[in-house]
Amino acid sequence: MFLPVVVVGGLIFGFGLGLSRMARPEVVLDFLQFEDFGLLFVLGVGSVVAGTAFAIGVNVLDRAPLTGRAYARRLKSFDRNVLTGGVIFGVGWGISGICPGAAYASVGIGNYPVLIAISGMFLGAYAQGIWRSRTADGSAASAASD
Amino acid sequence: MEPLVTFADLFPNGVWRYAAGGALIGLGTAVIYLATAIPAGASTFLESTLSYISEASRFNRAKYIASRDWRVAFTLSIVAGAAVYALAFGDFGWTTEVSWWRLLVGGVLVGVGTRIGKGCTSGHGICGVGSVAPTSLVNVATFLGVAIVTAQLVQAAGVSP
Repeated sequence: MFLPVVVVGGLIFGFGLGLSRMARPEVVLDFLQFEDFGLLFVLGVGSVVAGTAFAIGVNVLDRAPLTGRAYARRLKSFDRNVLTGGVIFGVGWGISGICPGAAYASVGIGNYPVLIAISGMFLGAYAQGIWRSRTADGSAASAASD
Repeated sequence: MEPLVTFADLFPNGVWRYAAGGALIGLGTAVIYLATAIPAGASTFLESTLSYISEASRFNRAKYIASRDWRVAFTLSIVAGAAVYALAFGDFGWTTEVSWWRLLVGGVLVGVGTRIGKGCTSGHGICGVGSVAPTSLVNVATFLGVAIVTAQLVQAAGVSP
């Protein structure tokens, strides 16, 4: 059942990205340029709905039925990378109007030029991965942590 | 007296599609989370998929190897879900006018930034903010602020679309 549930979740997620029009970079750029604040509702309502599920999982339920994993909030450790990465992502989002989930959904609506952006994402992820692999291999004592 | 800013000025396209779309994005996340306890983000797919073709240690960490198959399924489902939307709402075949170099340069920076920063608009923005996680709140505030400044500078430079 694990894979079918992931697929159903992905279908709903992608449908939502299409309906919200976030799959159009123009809509994201209009938001960032203060011409249409609608995206605040996408991020706001989306995080409230997801947040409700997180709260139910953590506070009410015991273990996930399909994996046996304990429910936990999505917490990542804070370090300088969080800020550095946020700045680099912000510049990229501001230039292109594209982020990962919305880019995948954009393929689904037939927006084939977005494949350029997705190729760029793989290039960027590959470059940082090679760089961080070297850094980690070169100094085993202070391996790059996530 | 006329109000300085009206609702129609702030939301020229209304809000229902944004709110309903956001609710479904949250619901998709919720379905996966409640069934599996996994907070699914969209950007880890980039690194975990690279583990199929690269020997580099960064991509071959256990958590990427273990999740790379379902992340491919998740991503293909996002594509399919958006296609269902587009066909149902007569939106299929729309293409962006944003220039190719903006898509390419922006995409590269997004690829670097989301991976160094531990997440993207769905990982930090939906799952992290939904978890009221301090790290995610800081990351979202950072990328949102920087993206606004960047987009306004690009616009001021006369680049359009």
